Amino acid sequence: MADSAVAFDEAVAAAAEPERRSARWDTLRRLWRHRSFKFGLALFAIIVAAAVLAPWISPVSPNKLQMRLRFEPPSWDHPFGTDNLGRSQLARVVYGAQLSLFIGTMVVLVNAVFGTLIGALAGYFKQLDNALMRINDAIMAFPAVLLAIGVAAVLGRSTPNMILALSIVYIPRTARIVRSSVIVVSQMEYVQAAVAAGAGHWRILRRHILPNSMAPLLVQLSFLFAYAVLTEATLSFLGLGAEPPAPTWGNIMSEGRQYMREAPWIITIPGAALAITVMALNLLGDGLRDVLDPRLKIQQ
Amino acid sequence: MGRVILRSIAGAIPVVLLVTLITFGLMRLIPGDVSAALGGITSTTEEREQIRKNLGLDEPVHVQLLKWYGGLLRADLGRSHFLGKDVTTATFERLPVSFSLSLYALVITLILGIVSGILAALRQNTWVDQAAMMFALIGVSMPNFWLGLMMIVLFSVHLGWLPTGGYVPFTQDPIGWLRSTTMPAISLALLQVGLLARITRSTMLEVLRQDYVRTARAKGLPNYLVIGKHALANAMIPIITVIGIIVSLSVSGAVVTETVFSIPGVGQLLTSAILNRDYPMIQGGLLFVTLMLVGINIAVDVAYAWLDPRVRFERG
Repeated sequence: MADSAVAFDEAVAAAAEPERRSARWDTLRRLWRHRSFKFGLALFAIIVAAAVLAPWISPVSPNKLQMRLRFEPPSWDHPFGTDNLGRSQLARVVYGAQLSLFIGTMVVLVNAVFGTLIGALAGYFKQLDNALMRINDAIMAFPAVLLAIGVAAVLGRSTPNMILALSIVYIPRTARIVRSSVIVVSQMEYVQAAVAAGAGHWRILRRHILPNSMAPLLVQLSFLFAYAVLTEATLSFLGLGAEPPAPTWGNIMSEGRQYMREAPWIITIPGAALAITVMALNLLGDGLRDVLDPRLKIQQ
Repeated sequence: MGRVILRSIAGAIPVVLLVTLITFGLMRLIPGDVSAALGGITSTTEEREQIRKNLGLDEPVHVQLLKWYGGLLRADLGRSHFLGKDVTTATFERLPVSFSLSLYALVITLILGIVSGILAALRQNTWVDQAAMMFALIGVSMPNFWLGLMMIVLFSVHLGWLPTGGYVPFTQDPIGWLRSTTMPAISLALLQVGLLARITRSTMLEVLRQDYVRTARAKGLPNYLVIGKHALANAMIPIITVIGIIVSLSVSGAVVTETVFSIPGVGQLLTSAILNRDYPMIQGGLLFVTLMLVGINIAVDVAYAWLDPRVRFERG
């Protein structure tokens, strides 16, 4: 039975291959033509480049104290100025980008794995749906940032704890999106055909349902990246992020806040970097949604 | 209608049970010995024993759980060891401040969000539309605490127009209240304005294509009546459903906004609880706010059913 299912799948896949390839190209072409997607991609590429090239952009360590150079305003020698301890703000902001993007990426990966797992189980196995979705609803009843604050406050400040807190908050939101697209795809004729051909649950999920439910997940993950970066900065600002002197954008603003009269650049620049990152990810998400998931498309 | 209300409340019961259970479990996530963390390394065994006793951690978990639910039934969310007050009392004292700020922010959100959304929909694909959507994008991308700090730098430090922080109760001095809450309310509202503008625009575009709008136009109604009476009334229904999301965002936003502007509301109560490791206050405050939101969502469900007869009759 299972053999015939495999043979069936492979025959179908082989027949569909050229079409699938051209569909993929078509999607990429449409993304490339989407103005705000392109703009978001360019902005995000700049931030990623700044993070990756941090050691070359700023040879000075972000934690190097230079007491003779306290509160230097932005200038040619110190493009982003220096803070109350004479630390180079350029170094702190680009290394901060590393931390922000690292945390965002980890949260997105954890969500992609567990959100898909929980969403697929709930959407495919009716027996599990009720229990899983009740727990989901309960976690989603908490205001997101407040729950993250609660979890981070209890666990203590560190980067892994931040990733854990953000994942706990956002996985239910991801799972719900995966679940609803899994339910829709499960009704499709090709899934019924696979069932009729004798394919097992695992095979149907992995081979037929999940690949066809990925579009909304991809859209969600790009917005999730934005929320994760923003919430991480908010929690760091409140004193719940990685321990100082770790240069997260939230930490820099939290420490710089008391000097905003004499040295406003300390809070201005990391905040602007944060806003640009979040905006880039929102633009990417909008573009992906318009192209990949026409059902969710905001009317044009 | 009564049935709609009952059904919404019944639907919320499992959520409330799980929310209270999760909040209880949260305190048990604290790694290591809480009493050592709270008392510091210099604390003696007796002091630590006393801290454990105050937090109720000296008893087995099932007893703690029973006490937790017993307390909840009496509206007792525990006691803040730092403030020396009941969590409920401390929260209620701060509630009017947060409430007045949130209400102000909600008014800004509704006016700016709905107006810019409608303008964008009516002038679809013109510069008006693009400007409104650009504004909405900035709104959803701008960190609200940073916006608050930037406003303080500009309007308080440089121009000296508004105070850098603090709070004046409305009943004492309405002008002072307005001066102390305008910047916080704007920084709190901007995110929600962006969301609401986008949603209003898309529902409005949807509604404008409906047959009844065409009919209204065809029978010669002036444009302002078509928009104001037929289109807007129907566009409002989906907008009501996002009010719950807006209030939830505003509660989260208030925590950091109140901290930035030194406003003595519930949000600031929570941030100072974080700094003081006042776990009962964090736990109780989180639960209080979440239960309030569950209540607001029930109200939104009921309002939705009341406004939209289709919902009321289909399920009711």
